[in-house]
Amino acid sequence: MGHMTYEQSKSVAFKLIIVLAIITVIEVLIALVGKGYIGGIHAPVWAMAIAMIALSLYKAYKIVYEFMHLGHEVPGMLKSVLLPVLLLVWAIIAFFWEGNDWNVRRTQIDNFNKKEIGSNAPNTFDIKQWEEEPFV
Amino acid sequence: MATDTTEHVKVDSGTWDGGNQPFKASYGKLMMWYFLLSDAFTFAGFLIAYGALRISMPSWPVPDFVFSILPFELEKLIPGGVAPLIFVTFMTFVLLFSSYTMVRAVQEGHQENRKGVVYWMILTIIGGAAFLGCQAWEWNTLIGKEHMTISTNPFGTHTEAGVYLEGDGHGINEGDTFKPGDSYLIHQHGGEFHRLKYKVTEGAGADSEKVHQMEFGPKAFGALFYFITGFHGFHVFSGVVFLIIIMVNSFTGLYAERKNGYEMVEKIGLYWHFVDLVWVFVFLVFYLL
Repeated sequence: MGHMTYEQSKSVAFKLIIVLAIITVIEVLIALVGKGYIGGIHAPVWAMAIAMIALSLYKAYKIVYEFMHLGHEVPGMLKSVLLPVLLLVWAIIAFFWEGNDWNVRRTQIDNFNKKEIGSNAPNTFDIKQWEEEPFV
Repeated sequence: MATDTTEHVKVDSGTWDGGNQPFKASYGKLMMWYFLLSDAFTFAGFLIAYGALRISMPSWPVPDFVFSILPFELEKLIPGGVAPLIFVTFMTFVLLFSSYTMVRAVQEGHQENRKGVVYWMILTIIGGAAFLGCQAWEWNTLIGKEHMTISTNPFGTHTEAGVYLEGDGHGINEGDTFKPGDSYLIHQHGGEFHRLKYKVTEGAGADSEKVHQMEFGPKAFGALFYFITGFHGFHVFSGVVFLIIIMVNSFTGLYAERKNGYEMVEKIGLYWHFVDLVWVFVFLVFYLL
């Protein structure tokens, strides 16, 4: 750690590990309290998810910038490592979109298979009268 | 730096002859960073696949139900008899602690303190081995006790409210009721999965005559769990192997002779922190969400 003395960098590392441990405890408490294991409260899932994702991203930022020392490298090197990671933003959006579509299709097919054919259905093999369901 | 140690090879100073270091970092350190970048994409691919498959299923095993037991049946000491997420939290702390000891080893390396490097690296190796041991116990429980394989997932979720028509001898008795969203584990009896019979009591499917049976959970869960935690565990394992090699080399004084601030320790440190970094996300995606 070029810009810090040995003693300083030692205390920075120690403080950081304490902070990371506390954040981990907070994350687990959010999961346990929010799901009703402690205190019997049920928090909305999306609120817990946002809080836990935010805390994990903060942990990741601290590990990469301080422990892995990337925050103290030359800006060009920092960018050459971090900018490619932005590609993942699109990957996450695209694959979650796709996953959601699989879910919609699966439910659609399931509902169709469960549909019972009424007694007034035409008594032929040509009974495929399926309605076009909106695709969302 | 190459120019510090080589006497026989004259290094040209021109920009295109390798005389310029725009990133002010050695070749080895830079390449470690780009390897870690590519590895991050591999892990991201795995975790995004997990997310996409999870969102595509109507229900998914609840992590605080799946991961709720402790070694030596210690969970029975807790009121309620379950210890959701406690063991994985412990594993997270073990890895976090070994990340700290790694930082200390790198710092001692910058001080050219051979004994300090070896001491803190040994602690890091112990942390990594302890983490692997925890993971071995977790896998052993899932495979041997709960019979989850890469294609069979006995962890299911009820989608309707109902009442059990039989007990399984593992906490479920005949006449017990359940709500939608309740998790269950299909136990094995004599090598066969014993899918409990139940009746639906509420909602559209309420039909006092029809007998239902517990369904297996989403198949993909087992494969995703073993591949993702296995791939991470393999990283930890190879990390421990490299830590041991570099610790021995530090002990013999190989890096002291190079007089470059134990750069090799710094490089394995980068890798080790990356393993911890990946665990932050595996922990988030698999156990917390």
